[in-house]
Amino acid sequence: MSETTTAKGLADPAARRQLMSGVEPEPGSSKPDPILKVDNIVRQFGGITAVDVDHLEVQRGIITALIGPNGAGKTTFFNLITGFDRPTSAGRGAHWSFDGATLDRTSASKVAKSGMVRTFQLTKALSRMTVMDNMMLGAQNQAGENLAKCLIKPFWSAQEKQVEEKALALLDRFSLLEKRKDYAGSLSGGQRKLLEMARALMSDPKMIMLDEPMAGVNPALTQSLLGHIQSLRDEGTTVLFVEHDMHVVRHISDWVVVMAEGKLVAEGPADSVMSNTAVIDAYLGAHHDTDLGDDALLSDATLEQLEAEVAAEEAEREEEQRS
Amino acid sequence: MDDIQGILNAMMRTAVDPQTAAVAIAVIGLNIHFGYTGLINIGQSAFMLLGAYGFAISITQGWPLPVAILVGLAVAFVFALVLGVPTLKLRGDYLAIVTISAAEIIRYVGRSGGYESLSNLTNAAQGIAGSQYRTPFTDLSPFPTGTTQLLPFNYLDVAGGSTVVRLLGWLVVVAAIWTAVRIGRRKVGLEGSTRTLAMVGLTALVVVLLFFLAPVSQRNTGVNGWWFTVVAWILVGISLIIVLGLTRSPWGRALKGVREDEDAMRSLGKNVFAIKMQALIIGGLFGAIGGMMYVLPAAVQPDALGRSITFFAYTALLLGGAATIWGPVLGSLIFFVGRVFLIGVANTYLSSDDYLNIMNGQQTSQFAFIIVGVALMLLVIFRPQGILGDKRELRFNV
Amino acid sequence: MSRTSVLERGVVARAAAFLVLSLLVAPLLLLLSSRSVEAATLCLPKKDETACIAGTMGSRAEPIEGVDVTLTKPDGSTETQTTEKDGKFAFTITEPGNYLVGVDEETLPKGSELRPPANAALRGPEGTIKVDNVQLGQNYGPVLTVRPKGFDDSTSKWDEFIQSSVNGIRLGLLLALASVGLSLIYGTTGISNFAHAEQVTLGGMVGYGLVNVAGLPLVVGGILVVIICGFTGWFQDRILWQPLRRRGLGLTQLMIVTIGLSLAMQYAFQYTVGARTVRVVVETPETRDFGSIRITDQSLWAMGIAAVVLALVGLALLRTRIGRATRAVADNPALAQASGIDTDKVIRLVWTVAMGLSGLSGILYALIVNGVKWDTGLQILLLLFAAVTLGGLGTAFGALVGSLIIGLVVELSPMVIPGDFKYAAALLILILLLLVRPQGLLGRPQRVG
Repeated sequence: MSETTTAKGLADPAARRQLMSGVEPEPGSSKPDPILKVDNIVRQFGGITAVDVDHLEVQRGIITALIGPNGAGKTTFFNLITGFDRPTSAGRGAHWSFDGATLDRTSASKVAKSGMVRTFQLTKALSRMTVMDNMMLGAQNQAGENLAKCLIKPFWSAQEKQVEEKALALLDRFSLLEKRKDYAGSLSGGQRKLLEMARALMSDPKMIMLDEPMAGVNPALTQSLLGHIQSLRDEGTTVLFVEHDMHVVRHISDWVVVMAEGKLVAEGPADSVMSNTAVIDAYLGAHHDTDLGDDALLSDATLEQLEAEVAAEEAEREEEQRS
Repeated sequence: MDDIQGILNAMMRTAVDPQTAAVAIAVIGLNIHFGYTGLINIGQSAFMLLGAYGFAISITQGWPLPVAILVGLAVAFVFALVLGVPTLKLRGDYLAIVTISAAEIIRYVGRSGGYESLSNLTNAAQGIAGSQYRTPFTDLSPFPTGTTQLLPFNYLDVAGGSTVVRLLGWLVVVAAIWTAVRIGRRKVGLEGSTRTLAMVGLTALVVVLLFFLAPVSQRNTGVNGWWFTVVAWILVGISLIIVLGLTRSPWGRALKGVREDEDAMRSLGKNVFAIKMQALIIGGLFGAIGGMMYVLPAAVQPDALGRSITFFAYTALLLGGAATIWGPVLGSLIFFVGRVFLIGVANTYLSSDDYLNIMNGQQTSQFAFIIVGVALMLLVIFRPQGILGDKRELRFNV
Repeated sequence: MSRTSVLERGVVARAAAFLVLSLLVAPLLLLLSSRSVEAATLCLPKKDETACIAGTMGSRAEPIEGVDVTLTKPDGSTETQTTEKDGKFAFTITEPGNYLVGVDEETLPKGSELRPPANAALRGPEGTIKVDNVQLGQNYGPVLTVRPKGFDDSTSKWDEFIQSSVNGIRLGLLLALASVGLSLIYGTTGISNFAHAEQVTLGGMVGYGLVNVAGLPLVVGGILVVIICGFTGWFQDRILWQPLRRRGLGLTQLMIVTIGLSLAMQYAFQYTVGARTVRVVVETPETRDFGSIRITDQSLWAMGIAAVVLALVGLALLRTRIGRATRAVADNPALAQASGIDTDKVIRLVWTVAMGLSGLSGILYALIVNGVKWDTGLQILLLLFAAVTLGGLGTAFGALVGSLIIGLVVELSPMVIPGDFKYAAALLILILLLLVRPQGLLGRPQRVG
């Protein structure tokens, strides 16, 4: 009961400011009503420590932005808490919980079922399926997905109809209704981001985790994406999203967490965290003293980064060819 | 024209052959693996072989027919579990290597004479003769003894079998198939029941015309007789209906989701491992049924159900169109009938003093297989969606 | 990996046809089968009518007289012959099937016993020797030699182990020649090349054409084989793989293209030389004994050449610029391209070298197993894949280690399990390894995400 009342109340900016005003603006500070708590997560690739987070809490019902320069370990951190990767510190003090339930040993699909749904930096649209089918897959607990029941339509046709209505409503909201019969692979990069977000919402998540939702999206669409994210929060969904350009997120995030070189370096409200010296160092220091001939560039983490960039460029090229 | 009619008759015999139907069923299973779920199973022959062994050995041990069928299915089920548990969590190409290796292990064990207790059951490399397990099935035949020709009324009864009538008939067949394929690929603006009706009507027309133009005469009950043919094709029909139901359900949707992106499916809370395992089992069971049907008119021979049959299954699947309902059946028909056509043409025109004599009798069948191999390559390169597949689907490679 | 297994396939294929026949003739033969002791007469097999199981008791140099040799037929009846001065015995067979040959211990010279065959698969019950899959029109020669009774079996086991190990290393080296290329192709292009084994066959076939048919000296022929096969690699990449890369064909599709190519090549071999086994050189190879190890000169040369070539390839990969570039491309093609490596050039070179190496492997293999057949490659295809996967997909040195392991497993496993399980054993080990270490022995773990 209390959950819904706080959520409703948080549509008001003043209420959110008031809620967060009591929180210390420093890394790992405790929140009044944390939905996600993370302790002691370390992930190493070879000799490189990609993520080393001592403690982090994410407040329920607001938009939290996780920002940091390229290679700060944001995506790896996302992978770790959503079950797509295992921390090196697993079994040695690594502990994280979502909405009261421990997730230390939970598989990615169970994490999603528990109400924490994520999207990906490189969108994972199911290309050779229609937009509508993509959406339908987002719904949870479908009787028709049970092999024993799927051959007998009466078991699932009523539920299917409900799911369909919900999907259509969400597609309408995300301006994808006209595309519902198209293959997801034929959508533009921005539309795919929208589709992925809409698909994630099919499961009515308690918290949605967006990995660079603005990457590769044209500026016109960026505004509407930001609008969607805000309206999600206003409806009571907790939002955690990753972004490397802090200016983009400035006016929509209620709280900002800054990562650099795998560690949390700062936390605070959007307008004040930008002036934090640790943050400025993180952003300027990430690139200004890097020698391109440096061996560290060939580390796994940088390789991954490069791979991702190459893949992103390829995706863009493909898109250009298509249009 | 007699040469051509001879080739056509041979093609029709192959088209109704229960073994063609049997492979079609196995390809339907492979379609669930590869077409819908994206599992690269290169060991479909093992499911067939295990189904065949389970069935044949049960009967030679004196168990009743239904039990034998269940044993065949159970063996394939267990094999799918054993194969799936370790590999379905690994990357796709590992499944490929493990399935083909496991299929070879099954074949080696089947043909081995190393352990008496085993070879007493399997009869090692010689295999189990069909006569040892066929009787309970043959006894079920409701057909009277004798021979039946389909159709009794055929081209010979019209204008004395004149060439013009036959040519005209074939023109109609080709036109009907072309139209059906266009409807199948949604190029013709028919929807709903009209579309189904048109498809059924055209199919019926083609079948009747084919039997009219190249009548097939078989014994009613004996090996490879009509009883075998009818049961085999009814099984194909049932398999198609099951696959249609499965793939149109949310479960089928989940299969395709796994094919497209496993991580995306995990992020949506789907148990990817369970879905893949279910697909592997279901497709494997179809393989086992195909295997049982395949050996009924022949013998259980480990070497006859080896890698080549898996490769042929892939050719048939890609020919018809992966991830389509009718693709496996159409592909199997075209594959086997096409091979007979190639061998027939080579025998008649390339290995005869009447025409060209550039190859000997054995080379004609090898020639046909060379063409099959090249055709498989060209098909994948230039028309990866097969005959029935949707070109749009293939544009977005994963 | 012996000649018998190559022959066995052909035999098996025909077994089916004779099965029906044998079922018809069996009752008749039962009546005719004789139990009397006869002296051996000369036996000549007639096509589709009779086969012979014949040989010499003891050895040709030291034949043993007066031994009762007993043949057990598939139906359980027996026939016995007593050897004469020349030690010869010869049974005429009119029915295909599995036979057993044994001797009466009483009639052997005092203090000696029949030596059990080295291949456990040939050991029948009660000290008999198996002659499986007898086909009409063929000759079969079971080896009946004696050894002193109370013969120290542990030494013989040890000798057998050493001999099998040498054979295993030999097989491993030849597999390595082919699998290093297979692995590099997988690493640089992502293609699982199912036609790779046919390239091995091609090497043997071209060797047969150049040396046996055209009469070139073996060394010249061998060098030409490598050049020609290398060219087929260059050519394939030029007209097939490179255009397909440009088209962006998916990896699964590429794999199926290689399956098509493999089918086409297999039947093209059959089309040209038929289903028979052809030999590169006609002469029977000389053998040498090193202690208890017996090995042919050709095998020694083959092992030497393979080892030297593999060492050179390894050095080239480690030390030369192009070798390092190759490893970089295998490691991460996109990154290699981004850092200025001409990946197309590297891949072209990889195809050329890989095919040249498989050609070399093919002709050496044909020399040591005394012949090549259309499906010679097909039989080792899975061993190649197993070797590559075992060592770690895409790592050249992993393929080398994997090949040696697979070679040893194949040759050593008959010491504990029936010989016809030896390939199965190798594949089983592969599957078991994948369970515990999916990245292979030398591969790096895959990163998620």
